[in-house]
Parts: sequence; structure tokens; C-alpha cells
Amino acid sequence: MKSDELKSGPKQLKTASEHGIQAPLALLAELSHRCPLQCPYCSNPVQLEKKTGELTTDEWKSVIDQAVDMGMHQIHLSGGEPTVRHDLEDIVEHCTVKGLYSNLITSGVLLNPDRLKKLEKLGLEHVQLSFQDTDNENADRIGGYKGGHAKKLEVAKWVREVELPLTCNCVVHRQNIDNLENFIQMALDLDAERVEIAQVQYYGWALKNRAAFIPTPEQLDHATEIVEKARIDLKGKLVIDYVIPDYYAKHPKNCMGGWGRRFLNMNPKGEVLPCHAAETIPHLKFDNVREKSLKWIWENSEAFNLYRGTDWMPDPCKSCDRKEIDWGGCRCQAMALTGDAKNTDPACSISPLHKEIFAMAAEEARHAPPEFIYRRYGVRFNSPI
Amino acid sequence: MKDILKINESVKPKFPKHVRFRHNKARDEWVILAPERLVKLDPVAVEILKLVDGKVSVGEISTDLSKKFNAPKEVIMKDVIEMLQELSDKGFIEE
Repeated sequence: MKSDELKSGPKQLKTASEHGIQAPLALLAELSHRCPLQCPYCSNPVQLEKKTGELTTDEWKSVIDQAVDMGMHQIHLSGGEPTVRHDLEDIVEHCTVKGLYSNLITSGVLLNPDRLKKLEKLGLEHVQLSFQDTDNENADRIGGYKGGHAKKLEVAKWVREVELPLTCNCVVHRQNIDNLENFIQMALDLDAERVEIAQVQYYGWALKNRAAFIPTPEQLDHATEIVEKARIDLKGKLVIDYVIPDYYAKHPKNCMGGWGRRFLNMNPKGEVLPCHAAETIPHLKFDNVREKSLKWIWENSEAFNLYRGTDWMPDPCKSCDRKEIDWGGCRCQAMALTGDAKNTDPACSISPLHKEIFAMAAEEARHAPPEFIYRRYGVRFNSPI
Repeated sequence: MKDILKINESVKPKFPKHVRFRHNKARDEWVILAPERLVKLDPVAVEILKLVDGKVSVGEISTDLSKKFNAPKEVIMKDVIEMLQELSDKGFIEE
């Protein structure tokens, strides 16, 4: 912990309501960290949770009840790979009964037509299917899963056969960004409503592989042009969400709409996090739904209140007129790149470290990409999926 | 692939399957929910959208509202078309 971080003690920290913050809008529920894929840009924490530590079906149902009572609108059923849970059907059904909009974020490789049909019948409202590339061989290489891409194309068809709406989640980087037009065409061919083109964000496992993924500024400019043109051409036909790598942005992303302002993330063992990468900030202590109510945690949890609002900000954030627009950018990225989560996110052009980090990333992008450091769940825990 | 929908008087709008127009009890507010999207609505939009069911046309919705709010149908319809077109362009309304 940084010495001055908690000098005043947690009781001094303002709570959600003292900040004028209302109930969160959506819950990202990481049902499990188990995953058959090995993506080198995995967004899960470096320390993965074992199956035996995961919340039970009834515990997730209680979380859903609490989320609805708080006024949350949506739940994203994610992971790891959420379909490894055999009780996914029960969880989806409970969301439907309670009127919580449910969205399944999946790699798809473990799904079959019957299970999809069942999930649709139980009220699942939307499927987000991840794609690693449009090129079969390269996609399987990136995901570290043989036959994965072909299976995903099949799964997309099954999703549409049961008339579930589909978003293609495409994580792009320098090793597939030249296929951007193909990604958009693939989404159209698969009859998707929406495509998410998201550049890799560099914290957790992905930071280990930054040199393999960071695109050159030229690649990025070209990609942005393609997206802007497609957005005009496909207006009303396909929704395109686009996230640039914020290393090349002028302003940092207003991460999560501000720390602890709009969203909650829960990890498989029930800890409640302000964002899915928050575990990369080592001094944060997370409260658990096994011990406290979700409402209490949102209001009082130290991990949330530490970086809520603007009181915690040092300069240049403190004196910046965008401080309530960007909220200082991403705390996890500040931690990863500067060693202190309170610092201005170096993605911001005003950050004193921006130039140095930008130059380092651009330098990495100019060299041949190194081998991936793969994310292997099984190797760490030798646990069955 | 879907075609672009141009909203006019005879279109019978409806919500796509993945789009929910829903009342949130805890917050006591009507919203549109779609994948990773939440649209907050003003009271006029809520009144319009409550009539959207895929069976009635934009013209009929406008007639209904012009009676309810005691305003000329043409004025109301202009607002109805504008709002539904905006939602349609974002994928929240279809025919």
C-alpha cells in the first residue's frame, strides 16, 4: 500500500450517496475464470479463481435479487467462459423471472444447438460471441484453441437460428487489424445486429504481451478510417462499437464512466470490484457478497470509495477542467504503468509520462512481434473445465 | 441483412427482439434496454413508445396522442417520426 493511501482511515472516505452517486446500471458477473481458450490478452486477473471457490447457484440468485432491488438494468454473464457452469440455465431463468436484461458473453466453443435453444426459451436476451480473427488459422493461433474459429462460425448460426440477437466481439491488434474490413463483413454475413471492434487494453495478462499486440499509429489511423466509413455505409443495418487503444488517444477513456459511478463487477468467488481489472491494484481490499449485501458494498466499500469523485486526484488531474469528464482515466492502467493508481492515466496527453510510454509502445510496434505468452487456465490449476 | 427503415405515417413500428422497453420498479422509470445500451426517455417519448406494438401505424399513434394531448396531429406526428427514426437508426426500432 502506498503510505498516504489510507492515512485518514476508511471512515473518512465519502460514500456513494455522499458523492451523489445513484445505484449502478449493470452488473458484470464473472461466473467462472475457467476457460478453454488461452488468449494472450486475457482480461482476467493474473491470479485466477479455482472452481471450488466459485459462488453457488443460490448465491448467484441472491445477487440477482439484490441487483434488481437496487434498480440495476442489465447483467452480463461473463467469465472466463460462463458456459462452463452447468447451472447457467438456472441463472438465466432467474434473471428472466426478476426482469433483469441478460447478456451472455461467450467464446462459444462449448455450446451446442440444444443448449442455446434452452437458454433462449429461458429468456436469455442477447449473445456476444468473441472472435480472434477472420482468418481461420490465425484465429486459432491467437485463441490457442484448435478448431475454435470454425466452431464459432457454427455457433453464430445456431444463435440466429433460435432468433437470439448477436454481437460479434472482435478484439483487434496489430496481428489481425489488417482484417478489419473482413471482421465487419463477417458480422454482416452472420446476420449480427452489432459488432464490437475493441483494441486490446493493456493491463493484467495483456500487458505481458503488449509488444506482440500494439499496432503502429499508421495501422490505427487506417483502422479508424475503415470504421468511420462503415458506420456511415451501414447506418441502421449494423451497429459498430469501436474502442481505440488509448495509448494513441488525446484524452484517456473515462474508464467505467468513472470509478464506482455506474457499474459493478463481481468475480467468481463473490468479491465486488469497481471494474474487471481492479485486482491488479494490489492495495485494494474487496468486500464479498458472502459477507455483505451488494447494496452495502456499493455504498460503503473502501475499494469503491477510494477513487470515487475527484478528492483523491493529484495534479494534473486535480486542476484539469476535464476531471469530471475523464475521471482521471483508468486507475488500473495508472497502476500498471506508473506504479501508483492515483496518478493520471498515462494515456492522457497531459500526463508527464505520456510521451515516454507512447514512444515505448510505438517502438514496440515497429519491431517484429515476439512470441505470445499464452494464458493457460489448466496449467495453473490442473482443474477440469 | 436488414434494410434501412424510413419511418413514415404508414409504418407499424415495433421493438426488435433484443430490445426491451421496460419499467424499472426500483427506479420508477421507463427505459430502453439493448446490448450494453441503456436509453433514458423523456415523458413524451414514453407516451409514444407505450403505443408501439407492431400493430398500429405511426399515423394511428399520432392520432391517439393528438387526442390525448389536445394538439394538432401534424405537429405530433412530426415529433413521433423524428423520435422513432432516431431510435430506428440506432437499431432500437424496426417494422
